[in-house]
Parts: sequence; C-alpha cells; structure tokens
Amino acid sequence: MLESEFMRLALAAGAVVGVLAPSVGFFLVQRRQSLVGDGIGHVAFAGVAAGILLDVSPVLTALVAAVLGGVAIELLRSRGGAAGDQALALVFYTGIALGVVLVAQAGALDVNLFQYLFGSILTITREDLALIAALGALGVGTIAILYRAFAAVIIDEEGARVAGVPIGSLNVALAALAAVTVALSMRVVGILLVAALMVLPVSAAGRVAWSMRSTLVLSTAIGLASALTGLTVSYYADLPPGGTIVLVAAAVYLGALVVASLGRR
Amino acid sequence: MPLAVELQGVAFGYRPGQRVLEGVDLRLGEGEFVAVAGPNGGGKTTLMRIVLGLERPGEGTALLFGEPAHRFSARRALGYLAQRAVVGGDAPATVREVVSAGRLATGRLVGRLRQEDRRQVSDAIERVGLDLVADAPLKTLSGGMQQRAFIAKALAGRPSLLVLDEPTTGVDAESQESLAQLLADLHGELGVTIVYVSHEFGAVEHHVQRLVLVRRTIVFDGSPHDLPGVWHDPGHVHARE
Ligand SMILES: Nc1ncnc2c1ncn2[C@@H]1O[C@H](COP(=O)(O)OP(=O)(O)OP(=O)(O)O)[C@@H](O)[C@H]1O
Ligand SMILES: [Mg+2]
Repeated sequence: MLESEFMRLALAAGAVVGVLAPSVGFFLVQRRQSLVGDGIGHVAFAGVAAGILLDVSPVLTALVAAVLGGVAIELLRSRGGAAGDQALALVFYTGIALGVVLVAQAGALDVNLFQYLFGSILTITREDLALIAALGALGVGTIAILYRAFAAVIIDEEGARVAGVPIGSLNVALAALAAVTVALSMRVVGILLVAALMVLPVSAAGRVAWSMRSTLVLSTAIGLASALTGLTVSYYADLPPGGTIVLVAAAVYLGALVVASLGRR
Repeated sequence: MPLAVELQGVAFGYRPGQRVLEGVDLRLGEGEFVAVAGPNGGGKTTLMRIVLGLERPGEGTALLFGEPAHRFSARRALGYLAQRAVVGGDAPATVREVVSAGRLATGRLVGRLRQEDRRQVSDAIERVGLDLVADAPLKTLSGGMQQRAFIAKALAGRPSLLVLDEPTTGVDAESQESLAQLLADLHGELGVTIVYVSHEFGAVEHHVQRLVLVRRTIVFDGSPHDLPGVWHDPGHVHARE
C-alpha cells in the first residue's frame, strides 16, 4: 500500500485531518455546538460548486465559503438574536440551496462532485497536502495557544466574562477554526462526513477520559487512529474513504460505551 | 477610603416596566467585608450583576473602582462565583482544571500555566480542603464539594474584589463556618474586598462589619449588631413591609 504515491499522500493528509478535526470538535462539543461543523460543511459545498463554476480551485473557494459561513453562524447566534439552532438552520439550508443551484449552473452533477461530498483518496495532490499540512499546523498551534482561554469559557462562562475574557472574539476564532478544518478535511472524509470526525472521537473519549485535558488528547488519538485505519481498510476493500473512516470512529465510540459501562460495575 | 463599588440611584428591570431594583444607593470601600442578604427574588443576584458590570442600570450610575462598571478595564481584579454555578461542557473537568480556569484572571490569557499559577491553584484547593480530590472530575463530587471547588476558582485569581453569590448552597454547617473563617482570613491577610451574598448569613454574620439587606431597594445597611432582632430571619423582611 505504501509503495503507491497517492496512498502515501492520502495517509499523510488523513493524519493531519484525524488530529485537527477532533481537537477543534472538542471545543464545539463542549460548547454544545456539535452541529456547527455540519452547517459549515453545507456552506463549503456551495464553495466547491462556486469553484467548479468559476474554474478555480474548489478547495480554496470552499475555504473562503466555510470561513464566511462559520463566522456568520457565530454572529447570527450572538448578535442577531436568533436562537443558536435557527441561525445554524438558516446557514445550513442557504448553503445547500446555493450549492445545488451553482452546481446545476456548472453542469457538474457528476463523479467529480462526489469526491468532495464523500472524500476520495485518489484526488489528493502534493499541493493539496502542502496546503493541508500548513493549515493543519496553524489550527493545532492556535488551539495550543488558546487552550486555557477556551477551557475557562467552557468551565464557567459567566466567571470568564466577569474576569474580562474576550468571549466574543474567542467564539469567532473557534468558528474560523471549524471552517478551516472543514475545508481541509473535504478531500479526505468529504463535506458531508467531516462533522462526524469532529464529534465522534470526542464523544468516545469523553466516556473513558478522567479529565478535560485527557479528553482532548484521547480525542485526537482516536481521530488519528480512525483516519489511518479507515484509509487502510478503504484501500484494500475498495471502499469510499470518508464513510470507512467515520464507521471506524463510530465503532470506537461504541467500544468506549462498552468499556465505560464495564468500568462502572 | 477609596471606593470599590459606588451605586447611585440605580433602578433596573429585565423587561420594560419591570422594577427589580429601584433607588439603590450603595458605597463599598476598598477592603470592606460585606454580607448582602434578603428574601428570594429580592434582587441580590441582580444587584451583584450590576455591580460587576454584567448588566447596565436602567437609571442611575454604577461605578467599579471609579470607572463605569460595564466598561471597567481591570477585570482581572474581579473574582465572581455565580449562584448555582455548575461546570459547563461534557468533558470530566477535574477540580484542578476548574480552579486553574480562575487563574486566567491574573495570568496571561494565552499559553501554559506558569509555576506561580500552579502554586496559587494548589494553595486555593488546599484552602477549601479539596487537596485529596484535586485530580478527581468535579462531577464525581458532592454538590457541596463542587461548590467549594468554585470558591477555590474565585480565590485562585487573587482578586481585589471577590463577589460570592450564595456560595454555601448545599454546603454543610461545618464547611460554612470554615468558609467564613477562610474569607475572614483572606480579608485580614490580603485586604480583599469581599461581598458575600446569602439569604442565611448565619455563618458570616460574626465576621462581617457590615450587612446590607436588599428587597427591591436597600432596606437595611449597617452593623449586624444593629439589625432589629426580628429581621435575623430574612423571611421577615417580607412580613414587615
Ligand atoms: N434573567 C431574568 N429575566 C427576567 N427576570 C429576572 C431574571 N433574573 C431575575 N429576574 C427577576 O428579578 C427579580 C430578582 O431576582 P434575583 O435573582 O436578583 O433575586 P435574588 O435576591 O438573587 O433571589 P434568590 O435569593 O432566589 O437568589 C425576581 O423577581 C426575578 O424573577
Ligand atoms: Mg440570587
């Protein structure tokens, strides 16, 4: 498997995505915004469609659309007076509707589009990997730097507000991080499944971890293992990578549930 | 004495036409240890939120250390334990992690905790008597122990104004007394300004110099010794009206 160039590229990209998605997802899950990743994914779909239509890199247009969508969700939620899930629904549906219209315009309702929706290990180029690695490092670095501030807001938002923690800016930063993650992960797990990789490893880790920090570390370990295992299985069994990775993550989650219930007895 | 808190003619309602507080004048000097009491719904929590700049008064002015409370710049000097605080999120945050979050107030916002931060965190945990469970997830502890972890969190930032809103809900009498003693020590040693909100102020009564009774407005403000006997049960604030 490792002798083929495309598989080496896919595994490298999968490793970045496997680590980044759950570490961003960790904070979304803790803030009870698990579905934000999904919402951003739907906007990224509109971005991909725009890229195809305009004949520029769909990864770049998806990145731009995802960041705009992520920040829009956050601003609608915090300023617009819309309840969290309504703001999400608005962006969700607008994204998918816009995507469908643009895709039809481009006449691109084909296999190529499928690769963005569900991931494809054959499509990752060296340039893609360079972009994925650079943005992935940026994302993980940002999280490492802001970890304590994010954690303080999760633990006690009111206390953090009184102590002058810039909660609004942190929320926007988190939305932007989620958007970057979605755009990066698109090639590996696909727009429609990226959110699963942001949420499932975190839920699994939460069942067996013993502290907040260990939950985060364990989430990234599970994400990484799921991505690498899923890609390997998909290579040998000729399955779509995104679906396989997410099924592995779901299996780990079920396993964690069992371990946790055994531990309680 | 410089003022930590200065409220003048404050009125407030959460909705137009609602009067949760009105005509509130309150001046707290730096270094005072004050108990705030009153019946349920009397407006104690609301008053504290105005003091801390979380709500803006509809009428009147609220100053914190001389600045408008909602635009107060030195927020890191504030410690606040909200009423019924519960740890957010699903992750099993430990006592130490919760208390460390309080260190954000004095330390840097970014990067790792420094040696000094860790020492203050351990010290605060010890002060509230949770050292044996410091690395246990908060959710595995009793309600009273969780409350003590939040008190440690408020202490860990070494605030110059500490506001505790009903910190002893669910805390047994012995721990209430030890908390009161702890606050009295902090007050004595470090000169922290402390506002202690409670509707059963039995424990702190002996330590505070000043008691403020709130029922929509301030109905008593003075030494606990001067409090008319019948008001020792705050329920009577209702009855007397
Ligand atoms: N967020 C809110 N929205 C609308 N009304 C509120 C809100 N919070 C409090 N109130 C109302 O304001 C009044 C004062 O409430 P507050 O919580 O300040 O009282 P309290 O003295 O702290 O009571 P308790 O002893 O129960 O904590 C009550 O009538 C309450 O119903
Ligand atoms: Mg209250």
